[in-house]
This record gives sequence, structure tokens and C-alpha cells, in this order.
Amino acid sequence: MALPQAKQDATEARLDALSLPEGGWSAPARNEALARLRAMGLPGARDEYWKYTRPDTFNSVEVPEAALFEAEETPVFGERGALRIVFVDGVFDAEASDELSLEGVSIDRLADAPDIHWARDIYGVLEARGQSPVQRPLAALNTAFATDGVLIHVTGTPSRPIQLVYHHRDTRSDAILHHVVKVDAGAKATILETGPAAARFNKCMEVEIADAGTLHHIRAQGRDHERRAATHVFARLGRESVFKTFTLTVNGVLTRNECVIELTGDDAVAHVAGACMGDGDFHHDDTVFITHDAVNCESRQVFKKVLRNGAKGVFQGKILVQPGAQQTDGYQISQSLLLDDDSEFLAKPELEIYADDVACSHGSTSGAIDEDSLFYLRARGIPRGPAEDLMTIAFIAEAVQEVEDEDLQEEIVARVAAWLERRRG
Amino acid sequence: MLEIKNLHVKLEEEDKAILKGVDLTVEAGKVHAIMGPNGSGKSTLSYVLSGRDGYEVTDGSAELLGEDLLELEPEERAAAGLFLAFQYPIEIPGVGNMTFLRTAVNAQRKARGQEEMSSADFLKEIRAKAKELKIDADMLKRPVNVGFSGGEKKRNEILQMAMLAPKMCILDETDSGLDVDAMKLVADGVNALRDEGRGFLVITHYQRLLDHIKPDVVHIMSEGRIIKTGGPELALEVENEGYAHLKAEEA
Ligand SMILES: Nc1ncnc2c1ncn2[C@@H]1O[C@H](COP(=O)(O)OP(=O)(O)OP(=O)(O)O)[C@@H](O)[C@H]1O
Ligand SMILES: [Mg+2]
Repeated sequence: MALPQAKQDATEARLDALSLPEGGWSAPARNEALARLRAMGLPGARDEYWKYTRPDTFNSVEVPEAALFEAEETPVFGERGALRIVFVDGVFDAEASDELSLEGVSIDRLADAPDIHWARDIYGVLEARGQSPVQRPLAALNTAFATDGVLIHVTGTPSRPIQLVYHHRDTRSDAILHHVVKVDAGAKATILETGPAAARFNKCMEVEIADAGTLHHIRAQGRDHERRAATHVFARLGRESVFKTFTLTVNGVLTRNECVIELTGDDAVAHVAGACMGDGDFHHDDTVFITHDAVNCESRQVFKKVLRNGAKGVFQGKILVQPGAQQTDGYQISQSLLLDDDSEFLAKPELEIYADDVACSHGSTSGAIDEDSLFYLRARGIPRGPAEDLMTIAFIAEAVQEVEDEDLQEEIVARVAAWLERRRG
Repeated sequence: MLEIKNLHVKLEEEDKAILKGVDLTVEAGKVHAIMGPNGSGKSTLSYVLSGRDGYEVTDGSAELLGEDLLELEPEERAAAGLFLAFQYPIEIPGVGNMTFLRTAVNAQRKARGQEEMSSADFLKEIRAKAKELKIDADMLKRPVNVGFSGGEKKRNEILQMAMLAPKMCILDETDSGLDVDAMKLVADGVNALRDEGRGFLVITHYQRLLDHIKPDVVHIMSEGRIIKTGGPELALEVENEGYAHLKAEEA
């Protein structure tokens, strides 16, 4: 079907301003992604999953300016002893990075493209699978034009996490990064992702987990206020594998995090969780699609949004249970805590089930801090501000508890507490 | 200790007077009990004293140790030494009981210009006090009152009171929902806190609690006013004869 003219024009204008990296093993995948993108066009306000979030600034040729944000504080997840891979405005910084060697894992750069690489079987492949039934044009754009990224092959159980550290140094940087993670059977790793990446950031991560493999992914977006980020995670899970991804988002004018997971092996487990804190000019969108296509798999989606001063939160989450995916255990909760009347939360929870022996539950709520609870805390001597903070942290607890590592949980809570405290002045 | 004079209170949202001139003084070292029919305004009195929203004081005053309570925020009243054991303790999912109590203890200390209590001291004290009230360590770790039985919630209120060591303790039907043994535990908890410098106002429907916590003075509240004040024998009179004759006497 032909694209509407306006959409086609916008798409071609953007494509004109980009150049396709040439050569290497990824070239065919990039060309296919470009063709996909041309066929579907960039996202538009009429697209079913772009009703609540305006895609304009993700699409525009011109990069909206974003002030730099250098918080004078300890680096996020800085105490984890991780192997650090640093990108500045989307460009790999070898000097700031650790040596890319660690037992149990092999790490390469996407930009160092030899002619043959294992990532070829995954790069653009999971993204392409994730284009149906819902189109994700920004991900296709990413596959085609990504300038760099890391290719992580987990073969054992590395002793340290791998941390992707982003820095934003140029007020008009436009970064497109694409990471590929392959976890072998029985292997296990943790990937951390932190920091403001660019003025505009388009990031894609494809994750393939073989039987009984485990990947934990914990990400902290922020605290840059003018960030525009569109990110995608595409994951395919084998038998008895585990994938847990958690995202903490603070600030950012526009963030869209999509997560597309396919449970293709029996007894696999996928948890997607997020907590976001927004104040004022803030728009945060979590769009999740989980497909159960095997027996006895478990999936959880836990999203909590704290919104104040007119901040806006969006959740679009779907569980699709394919025929034959019996004993599916699917859970989805999306909640917002509105700290004032100006803030807004829009939720679109969806279940589509084609198997009969299935337990799926979903819920979505939006509300203010409970006055009775607040009074109870105050009656015990806790002043209003700290009492509200306690309640707010309690509100996001269910999401934060999806992070298995308790030290990380504590750090996340401490950062949220600091964010709340700064707002109380 | 606590001096309430001619207190008139109406609901903020509607024109409904609930307290219609309450006069009540609790001296340091004394235990006063309030009894009275359902809906007579006992809980309202306790909420107004502790600063809950939704009520408007139209006349009268309430002072704690000479300080005007009605001017203070709820947390300031707590720091000044007021404590209310709630008739219906609130469940707060996500806030650990221990975190909650430690935050409360230290917030009160901070407000009074005292040093914060160290984690170690706090732990030692709370463990000892929880043990006396037969509250197991597991309950301390759970979120505030979540999944607690009715009786456990009431014991948790007393634990909070013991940890905060307030000067003026108001207990709103802390005995309701307690089994005989738990009632004894709660009474022991209260009795352990009785001393020269502390006042108690115990709201109850039953003589049974007052067998354990012997009151010095008993008040009867009806339709927003104290209609009779007497000694412990007044509670027995209510137990045997109900409120009808007292109301008639008053009229
Ligand atoms: N927020 C409110 N909205 C409407 N009515 C209220 C409110 N608070 C109190 N009341 C009314 O005020 C009256 C006194 O209530 P209160 O809870 O103080 O009674 P009580 O003496 O504690 O009763 P009980 O023995 O049943 O606990 C009741 O008629 C009650 O319905
Ligand atoms: Mg009552």
C-alpha cells in the first residue's frame, strides 16, 4: 500500500540527511532495514501506537538542541566494578573505556565491521521480526543507519557486569547506536546502561538468549532534562532462559522505550520493568509487546510513573498468547502517581489470547498520594515532605524489586530519593 | 498535660457539628478513660487533637503542656509529645515497618534538636520492645500493617508508642479486636509506660480493658460533649446499665 504523501516526503527528507554506513557483514541487513523503513515510513500521529506520543522530533531532519547536563555526583552504578564501554555523543571513546576483554564474554564494536561476524544472524533479524504485527519504523531506521554499538557474546559467566556508559557533550548531537547481545546456552551476564547519551538518541538492542541462558539488563536514563530518546529492545528467549530488564528514567522532555519480547522456548521467563520520575516538561512512553509462543512461560510487566507539574506518562503494553502456548503466566501492571492535578497518565493495556490454559492479569491505575496514609505518617512525626517521599518510593517499589541485585535496588532508591529531595528544595 | 476547653468542631465539607463544647483536662501521671455510644465523637476528638484534615474548629482550645495544639501541623504535635493509637491503623504497602518507625523516631528527635538514634541502638531497642509485645521479627520487616491481623495492628500501635515514648498518649479503642491474651499484652505495654510525666486518654467501650489499665478518671461522651465525669465506678455503671439513664440524667 502506498504511503500517504506527507509521510513519504518526511521519510525521504530524513533519509536524504543520513548516510548508510558501507561494507562489512552488516551491509545486507542495513539495506533490508532501509527497504523496510521506506515501505512503512517514519511514525506519524495517526499510527495506532503513536496516538499518545508525538514522533515529530524523532523524525525531524534538524536535531532539536539539548542543553548539556553534567550532574556533579557519583557516576550511576559506578561502584559495581563493571567493565566500562564509553560512548560520547554516540561515538566510542577507547581511552575512557576499559579494555574490551573479560572472561566468559567476547566484545566487539559494530563499527569495526569485518566481513564475517556472529552478530550477522541477529543484527536486524530480531528487529525485523518485531515489526509485525506493530511497525516500529525508528528501529528500522536504527538498523540501517547505526554508526556504532557493541556486539556482546556471552559464552560463560563473566565475573563483572558490562556497563555501557554514555556521555552527552554536544548540544546538537544525534546518536544512533545498535547493540547486539547473544547469550549462549547456560551462560549468564549483567549489562548496565547509564548516562545521557546525546541531544537526540536512537538506540536499539537486540538480545538472543539460548536455552537456560540468563541476561539481566539494568538501565538508568537521565538526568538530562532536554533529552529526546527513542529506544528499542528486541529479545528472543529460548527454553528455560531468563531475561530481566529494568529502566529508571528521570527527566527528559521525550523518551519512548519500546520492548518487544518473544518467548520461543518452554519455561522461559521475561520481566520488563520501569520506574520513571517526571517533573514539568516531561513525556515518557513505555511501549511493550510480549509474545508467548511456548509452554509454561512467565512474563511480567511492571511500570510505575511518578508525575508532577504537568508531566505526562504513557503506557502501551500487550501480551499476546499464541495458540499452543499453554500454562502461560502473564502479568502486567502500569500505575502512575500524580503529584498534582496537571499531570497526566495514558494507558493502553492489551491482552490477546489464543490458548485456553492461561493465567493473565493486567491492571492500570492512576492516583494521588493516599491522604490517610500520609496523615498516619505525619501523626508519627514524619513531616509532610519526607512522608510524601516515603510514599512515592513505596509506590515505585514493586518495579524496583524487579532488579535482582539488592545493592542496585538500593542505589536506584537512593537516586530517586535524591531526585525527590531536590524537588522539595 | 492536656487541656481541652469548650471545643467545638464541625466537618469542613458539610455543616455538621460533631463536637459541641468538650471540656477535658488530663493531668500528668493520670489515666483518663472516655466511654460513650457509637458516633458520639470520641474518634473525632482524637483526630482533631492529632491534626487530621477535614475538621474545622469553630470554638474553644486545646493545649498540650501549655502549647496551642490546634496551631501545629500533625508532625509538630507528634514531636511535641502527642501520640494517637488509631482505632483503624492504616496499611501502607511498600513502606517497611522498620524504616517507618526509624524515620519517625529520628524525625521527632530532629524536631526536638536531639541527635538521631544510631541504627544499632534502634535495632536493639525495637527488638526488645517487639519481644515484650510478642511481635515477631518477621512482622517488623513487613510493610506497615500490611497483612497484619486486627490484633497485630493494635499491638503494632503500642509498639510505636513504646518506641516514640510520647508524653500524652491517646488510645482509640485499642482493645477492640484483641483476644484476651493480646489485651493483657497491650495493657502491660501501656502500664509499663505509666509514669509521673505522662498522661493517657483511653477511649474504650468495655470495662475489660479498664480492669487491666486502671483509670483515675472516667468520662462519658454523648453527642459531642462530656456529659458525666467520675471515678472507675462510672465505667462499671455503664457496663451494667448502658448509656440511656446517663443521657436522661443529663437532659
Ligand atoms: N469525615 C466525616 N464525614 C462524615 N461524618 C463524619 C466524619 N467524621 C465523623 N463523622 C460523624 O461524626 C460522628 C462522630 O463520629 P466518631 O467517629 O467521632 O464517633 P465515635 O464516638 O468514635 O464512634 P465509635 O464508638 O463508633 O468509634 C458520627 O456520626 C460520624 O458519622
Ligand atoms: Mg471511634
